[in-house]
Amino acid sequence: MSSVSRDKPQFLSHLESKRYNLLVRSEVLRLIRAFFHTKGFVEVETPLLLSTVAPEEYIEPFTVEGRYLAASPELQMKQLMSAGWDKLFQITHSFRKGEKGSLHNPEFTILEWYRLAKELEKLMEDMEQLFLFVARGLDGNAGISFGGGQVDLSPPWKRLSVTEAFLQFAGWDPVAEFDQTRFDIDLVSKVEPNLGFEKPVFLHSYPAAAASLAALCPDRPEAAMRVELYIAGLELANGFFELRDPVEQRERFEIARERIRESGRTPPPLPEVFISCLEYMPPCAGAALGVDRMVMLFCNASSMNEVMAFNWEEC
Amino acid sequence: MATVSAGDLRKGLAIEMEGAPHLIVALEFVKPGKGQALYRCKLKNLITGQLSDRTYRSGDTFQTAEVRDTEMQYLYHHADSYYFMHPETYDQIEMSAEDVGEASNFLKEGMLVTLLLYEGRAIGFNLPNFVELEITETDKWVKGDTASSDTKTAVVETGYALQVPPFVEVGDIIKIDTRTGKYVERVKR
Repeated sequence: MSSVSRDKPQFLSHLESKRYNLLVRSEVLRLIRAFFHTKGFVEVETPLLLSTVAPEEYIEPFTVEGRYLAASPELQMKQLMSAGWDKLFQITHSFRKGEKGSLHNPEFTILEWYRLAKELEKLMEDMEQLFLFVARGLDGNAGISFGGGQVDLSPPWKRLSVTEAFLQFAGWDPVAEFDQTRFDIDLVSKVEPNLGFEKPVFLHSYPAAAASLAALCPDRPEAAMRVELYIAGLELANGFFELRDPVEQRERFEIARERIRESGRTPPPLPEVFISCLEYMPPCAGAALGVDRMVMLFCNASSMNEVMAFNWEEC
Repeated sequence: MATVSAGDLRKGLAIEMEGAPHLIVALEFVKPGKGQALYRCKLKNLITGQLSDRTYRSGDTFQTAEVRDTEMQYLYHHADSYYFMHPETYDQIEMSAEDVGEASNFLKEGMLVTLLLYEGRAIGFNLPNFVELEITETDKWVKGDTASSDTKTAVVETGYALQVPPFVEVGDIIKIDTRTGKYVERVKR
């Protein structure tokens, strides 16, 4: 047997340095599955190569052989809910062009779950219990150390409306008067850096113009029943009380397609099958959670690359 | 000068902003849920040194700033002006005493420094981390005087005064760290 005298290639020692974080990742995935199975959710798989995706102004899908790589499993999960399931979850990969940074990778791991519900509250409770379950399963502790601070995960977490958060940190109310660019810039530069440092925060009641696929509040149509979870300034999950009106959904998709055209891109075709399922979908709520970011939190990592075996540049 | 969009911005690139070259010292891709792609930048004004935070949209465009490092030789100073020369083209560049600032403490004729050039003028320069200068003034060391303090004041050929060990004498060459302004060691006596 010949002895190895050469130095190991740098990419192998780089991979070795991720060993601990990848072990935590494996445990987090196991605990997420255990949580949802215990709660009576059914795990499903939906295709990654699709004939169309939800038209969204700021999400650019990849195309392969005339098909689209899934940017999220949302439409197929909701079609399953329309077929009579009451609790579903899935852990899969999603793909979004151009999203590359310390908190983004064009291919990432997403957890989505849907449940029958009358409002958003149940979904927020799912998030509280999921994080607590994973944290306790990892080291028996309800607190995490992240970015030099301590976050207490024990429920209930703080609930803050977009109106309250923006009035406090940015000095204006985007729900009363919406301005997309000002909203996005103030959200990332003034609001998010203040959210979830002692306890996680649910940011809810988004401006109707940023509703995406969420239903509007029945008593306050200028706001949408949409929630985002923040822990230590990190956006972890997005939840909707789902829009079930096929007419309104079609209208929103058409507006998004028009905006995509204006920006010089070709919009994906309308997801007709999905739209036609909506009238059969029972009242339900669903959430999408960035698994890589969740692992970052439990590894006290400062970038997604530290918790992924191979990121965009490494494969 | 070239036009670039926010997606092309990179750490280390200099862009024009409000009539001054700004160096991108930190850059982060951010994207709020369902929102647009944004680029959060930390910029350094290369003329004033001031740092600022800016957030750009992916459609925003910029002009790159022509800023380059050029190694030049320090010639001499006269009144409030410092003169440098390119060692190959012999082009001369003048900098004001104000722009040279405290670095004048370590400038010795003939020394090579790196000038930052922008639109034909120098907006800054990097000294070598260490310079060797000759002592022109200091008190004599009395051997055996153990009661005196550990250091004494000395003046080097540029007129800069600093603390040195007692054994350093007039005519010695000492090494100074330009980042701290402190004595490092005696090079030659």
